[in-house]
Amino acid sequence: MNSKTHLAATSTANQAMLDTSTITQDNKVLLSAQGISCHKQDRVLFEDISLTVSSGQLIHLLGPNGAGKTSLIRILVGLSSPDSGTVTLSNSTSEPYPLIYLGHKLGLNKHLSSVENLQFWANMHGLVTTTDELYLLLARFNLVGLEDVPSGELSAGQQRRVSLARTQLLPANIWVLDEPYTSLDIQGVTFIQELIDDFVESGGAVLMTSHQPLQSRLPVTDITLEYRL
Amino acid sequence: MNTVSPIMSVMKRDLVLAFRQKAELLQPLLFFVMVITLFPLGIGPGPDTLQKIGPGVIWVAAILSSLLGMDKLFRDDFNDGSLEQLQLSNISLSWGMFVKVLVHWCVSFLPLLFISPLLALFLNLTTPMYWSLVFTLVLGTPLLSLVGAIAVALTVGLQRGGVLLSLLLLPVFIPLLIFATSAVESAALGLNYLPQIAIIGAMLCFAIAITPFAISYAIRVSHH
Repeated sequence: MNSKTHLAATSTANQAMLDTSTITQDNKVLLSAQGISCHKQDRVLFEDISLTVSSGQLIHLLGPNGAGKTSLIRILVGLSSPDSGTVTLSNSTSEPYPLIYLGHKLGLNKHLSSVENLQFWANMHGLVTTTDELYLLLARFNLVGLEDVPSGELSAGQQRRVSLARTQLLPANIWVLDEPYTSLDIQGVTFIQELIDDFVESGGAVLMTSHQPLQSRLPVTDITLEYRL
Repeated sequence: MNTVSPIMSVMKRDLVLAFRQKAELLQPLLFFVMVITLFPLGIGPGPDTLQKIGPGVIWVAAILSSLLGMDKLFRDDFNDGSLEQLQLSNISLSWGMFVKVLVHWCVSFLPLLFISPLLALFLNLTTPMYWSLVFTLVLGTPLLSLVGAIAVALTVGLQRGGVLLSLLLLPVFIPLLIFATSAVESAALGLNYLPQIAIIGAMLCFAIAITPFAISYAIRVSHH
């Protein structure tokens, strides 16, 4: 039961408009973007995109390599500025932290262990976690025995799991995940999809990119960005 | 409920990382000590000559050793995505950057201050010269870290930012070098060196007020 929308911007006016709030009218808008455009190296990636992310929504951002998925996501979370347009995060949210962003770069220091990386990340957000809690969390992510190994010595998939474990540390409204399934094995993908589905069912919102079709039990809103020359 | 200061956690993390990479921690310090040790051997043990060139040698060595370690100030955090996470956390990026620079100064320059009496002995500095040198180092080296951090933040996204970093920073450090060595020379002649110290102090105050914003802006530009 996917609702599909193409953000092709191929019309003569070069405009693309998406209002996903119509899909979940009863739910609270957590993030909205109005008329955002972005260009990189003299190429327009997308123009005049508007979208909203509401609670209880799972949005799958699709598109070929170079279409601008990561650029769009970085603009939405506030890491980059759009050439034009605005992004607004809702103030009246239920959780103290608006969003968790996990991008291509995992945010793990290779000299710190998994526990230390998670601990410092939580502390940076003002949260206190005990080592026991982190051991239990990492066990859920199938990382038993690797808690104190420097992150640089873990495999790519294990590092990805440590990074994704952050989603369970912080009570946030939106998870923004850029290619979360990269390097994960089949069980890992299933496990993370379960976490995402549970989060969305509990009222959160997830905006994610993935080149694989999502095996979600929930309705997925597909947004497709087209590669523009 | 326990609480933790986010900014203190950034400081703790950087200190843990600095002491975990001991080789990188010691490299600028060893470079500094080696330059000061080799100079008397290279130019001959004339006490007057050493006393005359001593302050300049110490300051040039301090600037060059700072360039050696400066490049790594934000690079690892930028490459592994930690800076992105810091930017998205509740911490003001300017504060976060200021703390990072402070930790960098503590681990890179503070040891220089502790071994400076030994170096003063190598270079035959008199007691007034030594104290003026300590004052210039205490006020001048944080300035090196703060101003250097702007250039590091600007070049952190570049593949070969190291060369550009040196080219950007050396001209900026020249005024500091002039005032610092001038203060020590004044001390050697028994003159009042407070004006030079005051100018360096003013530059430091200005840098403390302005550079955290400049560094955070440069990091945002590098992330863009």
